[in-house]
Amino acid sequence: MSAMFDFDAGRYGAYVWPAYAATAIVIAFLVIDSLWRARRWKRAAEGGERAP
Amino acid sequence: MNPFIAILRRELAVSWAGGGGPLVAIGFFIALTSLAPLALGGDPVRLAEAAPGIAWLVLALASLISLERMFERDFEDGALDLIALGPAPLELAAFVKAIAQWATTQAPLALVAPLLMVALGAPWRLAPVALAAALAGGFGFAFLGGVGAALSLGSRRGGVLIALLVLPLFTPPVIFGAGAIEAFAAHLDWRTPLLLLAAYALAAAALCPFAMAAAARNALS
Amino acid sequence: MFPALANPARFMAFSRWAAPLLGVIAIGLLAIGLALDFRAPPDYQQGYAVHIMFIHVPAAWMSLVVYACLGGASFISLVFRHPLAQAAARAAAPLGAGVTLLALVTGSLWGKTTWGAWWVWGDPRLTSVLVLFLFYLGYLALDASLDDEARAAPATSILALVGLVNLPIVHFSVTWWRSLHQASSVFRADGPSMPAIYLAPLLTMALAYMAGFGALWLVRIRAEVWRRRAQVRAVRAAG
Repeated sequence: MSAMFDFDAGRYGAYVWPAYAATAIVIAFLVIDSLWRARRWKRAAEGGERAP
Repeated sequence: MNPFIAILRRELAVSWAGGGGPLVAIGFFIALTSLAPLALGGDPVRLAEAAPGIAWLVLALASLISLERMFERDFEDGALDLIALGPAPLELAAFVKAIAQWATTQAPLALVAPLLMVALGAPWRLAPVALAAALAGGFGFAFLGGVGAALSLGSRRGGVLIALLVLPLFTPPVIFGAGAIEAFAAHLDWRTPLLLLAAYALAAAALCPFAMAAAARNALS
Repeated sequence: MFPALANPARFMAFSRWAAPLLGVIAIGLLAIGLALDFRAPPDYQQGYAVHIMFIHVPAAWMSLVVYACLGGASFISLVFRHPLAQAAARAAAPLGAGVTLLALVTGSLWGKTTWGAWWVWGDPRLTSVLVLFLFYLGYLALDASLDDEARAAPATSILALVGLVNLPIVHFSVTWWRSLHQASSVFRADGPSMPAIYLAPLLTMALAYMAGFGALWLVRIRAEVWRRRAQVRAVRAAG
C-alpha cells in the first residue's frame, strides 16, 4: 500500500490520456443530460406551465 | 382472382407507370460505377481487383433508390388502408410488394451488375457467379429494404433514414455476395458463401413480411 | 420483482431510492477501480497502454449489455404493449450509443498502440461494434423522426428486434470473411490470461459501468414517465 499511483505514461501518453478524456466527457454528458431531463420533466409534470 | 397474383400485377403496373421502372435504378448504377475509376485512380489492375466489390457496393446503394416509394404511395393515397382491410393478409401483401420490388429493381440491376463488373476490368469467367450472387443478394435487399421503408412511413426524413436503418441489415449479404465472387476469382470455395447468401435471402423473405406488415399496420393505426 | 416494477407508480417509488443508490455505488466502484487501475504496473507487451484496457473493455461489454436491455424492453413493449417497457427502451438507446462510441474511440487509441493501426477492417469484433453503433444511430434517428408517439413505439421496437437478430449474423459473416482473406489479426481484447493485478481493476471498472448504467437508465425512465404525465396534464389543461 505504500506505492504511489503510476501516472508516468511516457510515449503512450498521447494515446492513454485522450482515451480517459473522451471517457470522462461522454460519461459527464450522459450524466448531466439524464439528470437535466429528469428535472425538467418532473417540473413540467408537477408544475405544469411548460408543455411537453 | 388469386390475391397473390392480383397484388403482384398491380405492383408491377404501378412500378412501371411511376416513371420507367428499373431504368432509373439502372441509370444510377451505371453512373455511380463510372465514377469508381475516377475515384480510385485509373490503374487497371487495381480496378479489376476491386471490380466485384465496387459492383456489389453500388448494387446495394442502387437498391435503396426506389425503396422509399415501396409503401409510401399506397400509404398516402389510402390504398394501403384498403389492402390492410382486404381479404388477403397484410403479410402476404408485404411479401408480394417485396417480390415486385425485386422484379422491377433488384433483378434488372442483377442482370446489369456482371456487365459493369467486366467493364471495370474483371474477367468474364466471374460473370455467372456474379449474376447468381446479385440475384440472390438483390432478393435479400428487396425484403430488408422493405422493412426499412415500412418503418419509415410517417416519418419526416424518408430516404436517408431508410438508408441508415437498412445498411446494417445489408452488411451480411454484401459480405457473402462479394466474398463469393472473390472466392471464385481466387479459386477458393465459392459455394459456401453463395449458399449462405441464399440462406440469408430466404430467411429475410420468410421473416421480413411480418416486420413489414407490423410496421405498416402501426403506421396506419 | 418485475410485476412490482410494471406499475408506473411502483416503478417511481422503487427507482426513487434505487437510482441514487446505484449512482453512489457506481461512483464508489469508479473510485476504487481507478485507484486499482493506476496502481497496476505497465504491461510487458503493451506498456503503459494497458491502462486503456480498463476503460475500453467495460465500455465494449456495456455496449452489448445495453443492446440486450434495449432488445428485451422492445420485445416486451411490442408483445405486451407496456408503455413502461417502451420508456425503458427509449431511455436505454442514448446510453448504448454513448458507450459504443467510447468503445470505438478508446479501442482505436488502444489499437494504435498495440497493433500500430487506428482501425483494422475485417476484424469481426471491430466490424460488429461499428454496425452496433450504426444500429443505435438508426434507432435514435427513427425515434426522433416519428412525431406520433403512439406510432413510434411499435416502429422502434420492430427495428430493435430486427437489429437484435442481425448483429450476430454480421459477426458471423465477418468471421467467415476473415477466414477467406486470412487476415493476420491477432486481436484479443485481454491477453492470453490476465493476472490478478489487471483483473481486479478491470472487473471493478466493469461493475462501476454496470451500476452507472443502471442508475442513469432508471433516471431516464423516470424522466420519460414524468414527460408522459406532463403531456397528459397539458392535454387536460387545453381540453
